[in-house]
Amino acid sequence: MQVKEYKPLIVAFCCNWCSYAGADLAGNNRLNYPADVKIIRVPCSCRVNPMFILRAFQRGADGVILCGCHPGDCHYTSGNYYTRRRMAMLFSMLDYLGIERERTRVEWVSAAEGAKFAATMNEFVEAVSALGENKRLEDLRCKR
Amino acid sequence: MQKITREQLLDRAVALLSDGTVNSVLGWQKGEFDYDVTPHIFKSADELKEGFVWNDFCYANFSKYLVLKTDRIEGKLLVFLKPCDTYSFNQLLTEHRFDREKVYAIGVGCEGMVDVNKLKAAVDGISSIEATEEGLKVTTIYDDEPTVVAIENVLLERCVNCKSKKHVAYDELMGEEGEIIDSARFDEVAALEAMTADERFAFWQNELSKCIRCNACRDACPACTCENCVFNNPNSGVETKAPVTSFEEQMFHIIRAYHVAGRCTDCGECSRVCPQNIPLHLLNRKFIKDINECYGDYQAGEEVGMRAPLVDYTLEDLEPGEVLNRRGEDA
Ligand code: SF4
Ligand code: SF4
Ligand code: FES
Repeated sequence: MQVKEYKPLIVAFCCNWCSYAGADLAGNNRLNYPADVKIIRVPCSCRVNPMFILRAFQRGADGVILCGCHPGDCHYTSGNYYTRRRMAMLFSMLDYLGIERERTRVEWVSAAEGAKFAATMNEFVEAVSALGENKRLEDLRCKR
Repeated sequence: MQKITREQLLDRAVALLSDGTVNSVLGWQKGEFDYDVTPHIFKSADELKEGFVWNDFCYANFSKYLVLKTDRIEGKLLVFLKPCDTYSFNQLLTEHRFDREKVYAIGVGCEGMVDVNKLKAAVDGISSIEATEEGLKVTTIYDDEPTVVAIENVLLERCVNCKSKKHVAYDELMGEEGEIIDSARFDEVAALEAMTADERFAFWQNELSKCIRCNACRDACPACTCENCVFNNPNSGVETKAPVTSFEEQMFHIIRAYHVAGRCTDCGECSRVCPQNIPLHLLNRKFIKDINECYGDYQAGEEVGMRAPLVDYTLEDLEPGEVLNRRGEDA
């Protein structure tokens, strides 16, 4: 039997104005981060509603990270302040239901922080790899 | 046994109906059995005299009924509110969900309501129930000798952990002004938080897998008043119960609790109506507890016009990671 090497699938929601540009910069600077990170661009971090996070897990993500502008720098002034409360409460609830807390993260990455973007992703992928496959919040029908 | 009597409430309702202050009365009516008291709109004094009840089974929270009813009725509606119901009343007013001008609210003092499931577990084959000073005198179909059940042993969970005997809204109060109680309602949440992730996961899998997706918890909730609920959308994937995977149960319950986070008054209706006895209050109270700990004490519905914590922020809020790890890495 052939054993497939385990590679985590990571979904990264990145806000258009900072973090997505930060990811771009990481690319331009030829910094390495795993290809297992799939970026979804959103207009602002506060565009991400809790259902997006759950859906990502449902469709097979092993970890979900949400990146936005640093507090104070949101291009819609206050979007990321709402994100901060919403995600804090959602992640705490997921933890309460017994879902590993290392699978979720919020990180603020500016357009100038290409290196931070790459480092964050490397670190997150490593943390999720250590946990293995997401079994607790999965939908068997969506398994590849 | 309730301190206020049925007659006191009835007389007041009849008086308000006859002097034209109100046009109809939203009150409790006896159901098929003594324990299934149901909400009813009474239109006349005669109807009231015949059907109106007030006893230890008046658990229904009327606040949500106002959302649709005040739109449809002529004139004013008289509504009876227990202390916990008044929080929902204020919260709905904050959200502009009914017209205050069309409602005349009487606050009714409450001694706690009975959990029918607990009573049925204590006594089999109930045929009639009478409230006495010693407790509920229950007659069964098997036996002529009534059993007396102390009300403290069969109270609803929300009454055992009652958070307030104080009415926060009314036009007129019957009974004494109560007080806010320092209840132990977060103890169970704290106990769960102290478990390992594996134990919590097992606990919730066990509870959530009982859900039959009847939507009763949503329908009874005075914070869930959207006309088009996300869960009515066929694309939500949870429109009906899917037996294939536990994901849908988790999603339904996370999102249901999340949508009322910061607005849930902890009225306890969801847990009361659940036919599967899922402890939904443990989900709601987790959000309340987190909000209290991270953003300052907040009781939804305490006053009209308060800003719910999840539509608010401060510049110094904790980061999600800090919230998760605030009790140490593992706990
Ligand atoms: S009332 Fe209970 S069984 Fe019905 S949908 Fe809610 S949790 Fe599920
Ligand atoms: S979620 Fe439950 S306790 Fe909270 S307001 Fe709704 S019915 Fe009441
Ligand atoms: S635009 Fe980046 S977080 Fe709002």
